Amino acid sequence: MQIDKDLVAASATPLVLAILDDGESYGYAILKRVRELSDGELEWTDGMLYPLLHRLHRLGYVTTEWRTPPQGRRRKYYAITRDGQTALAEHQRQWVTVARALGDVWGRSDLLPFALGRA
Amino acid sequence: MLEEMESEIAEWRSFVEQDPAVDHRDVEELEDHLRAQIADLTSSGLAPDEAFIVAVRRIGKLDELSREFAHEHGGRLWRQLVASPDGEQRESASRWVETFVFAFAAAISVQIARLVAGLPGQESLWLLRNAGLLVLPFLAGYFLRRRGLSSRQVLLTAIPFVVSAVVINLYPFGEGAATELLVAAHLPVALWFVVAYPYMGGVVRSHERRMDFVRFTGEWFIYYVLIALGGGVLMALTVLILEPTGASVDRIAEWVLPSGAAGAVVVAAWLVEAKQRVVENMAPVLTMLFTPLFAVMLAAAAVVYILTGLGAAFDRELLGIFDALLVVVLGLVLYGISARDPSTRAGWADRIQLVAVVGALVLDVLVLGAMVTRIGDLGFTPNRTAALGLNVLLLGSLAGTAWLSTQFITGRGSFHRLERWQTGYLPVFAVWAAAVVIILPPLFAFT
Repeated sequence: MQIDKDLVAASATPLVLAILDDGESYGYAILKRVRELSDGELEWTDGMLYPLLHRLHRLGYVTTEWRTPPQGRRRKYYAITRDGQTALAEHQRQWVTVARALGDVWGRSDLLPFALGRA
Repeated sequence: MLEEMESEIAEWRSFVEQDPAVDHRDVEELEDHLRAQIADLTSSGLAPDEAFIVAVRRIGKLDELSREFAHEHGGRLWRQLVASPDGEQRESASRWVETFVFAFAAAISVQIARLVAGLPGQESLWLLRNAGLLVLPFLAGYFLRRRGLSSRQVLLTAIPFVVSAVVINLYPFGEGAATELLVAAHLPVALWFVVAYPYMGGVVRSHERRMDFVRFTGEWFIYYVLIALGGGVLMALTVLILEPTGASVDRIAEWVLPSGAAGAVVVAAWLVEAKQRVVENMAPVLTMLFTPLFAVMLAAAAVVYILTGLGAAFDRELLGIFDALLVVVLGLVLYGISARDPSTRAGWADRIQLVAVVGALVLDVLVLGAMVTRIGDLGFTPNRTAALGLNVLLLGSLAGTAWLSTQFITGRGSFHRLERWQTGYLPVFAVWAAAVVIILPPLFAFT
């Protein structure tokens, strides 16, 4: 199944914020987590993640820090801020509303766990 | 094998580095990603060279990536907003002619106005009062054409010009009226904000476009000063060479100088639009250079004026000087903020800027105190009202900047808020300048 491009774009911000809400992370790990969560169905062009992360940083939703692990290369870590958590909550409300509306109109129950579980 | 991989990564890296929208830290981040991906792929059994190809492909096509980066980091290449390079070249020739036409029109309009002003029965300040109206419509026209705005938007741009032209020429200013001088000083500022509308392509609400306009204003100023310096040297040499021939040097200066000054307004704008690369590195450097110097000067002045109690004794002349100083500082801070890369964390430059802002804030409070006393003693005059309004606006802007800048430096707020504050405050200045032009003269009965 190929997920529509607009849908991928719309879900990118809440996904990244939600992943960072579980703990700080870096670009490649975030992307791997997205693949895991969607069983590989959400296909991103890897590079596009970075402009998105930079936008979240500019908006003050995440903080960044360059760190060098004992053996290894310098790496840029991202952590969510309180503003970011507020934005994430807002995203969640919107998605739940959308999912509930779709679930109602299709009369199907398999969307509901998503809608109710996160509400 | 490993060496081969390293050289391939290095090659990829240097290729990505050429992109002006992607800076070196982004490249480092992308490289880290590439390496992590390659490591994962090889550990799942792919040969290193295959892993490299897959990893590079997954990162994405560079031109698409570049567009995304350019979109997010508009400040890095606000000049071209990723126009395709071959299209740019074809255009540049016609742009030259276009610029020349508008610059020439501005120069001619000044000369016509000069002839009209020379007619008997014209008041002496007529030319000065209308100066902005003689030049800035051509700059607005230049941007209307460049941005390809609709006829409705052209009309919207024209309205403020027409209204202000009618208003300031119908107002019956008294002989030597202070309000007339205030109009002459504030009209160009108000009209500059009108030019912002076509410059921003009609999208006035966009925070990013407003920041672009701030950058444009800063760069334009630098270019204008450069052109003025060059023009000054040319004029001086011309005078020296022509003097022995007995030619009427004054007449030449009288004709060339106003036209040159008017035409340069459009030419400077064209240079900013077309040739930013050259100066791009210069304007932020100049800001970096002068912000610390101004910070020292302002801090010292604030301390001295408080300690000596000189603040209460501000006289009229000193007040004017301080107002000019505060405006310059605000411009410097605003430009510094627009030129800063918002993705970097707070550094020493931000702290120095905060010192400058706080120093200016203290001085502004002193100036305001002196002004309120004067007004209490002597009552409102047009000049005092205009100065009071300007100082109150400056106080608001500086206080907000100081607060948000402190928040940012202490890590409790984002730089984005500081930027938003600046761009959000811009219309306040525009409205004030317009109010001084339109409301103040009738309020003081054109005295």
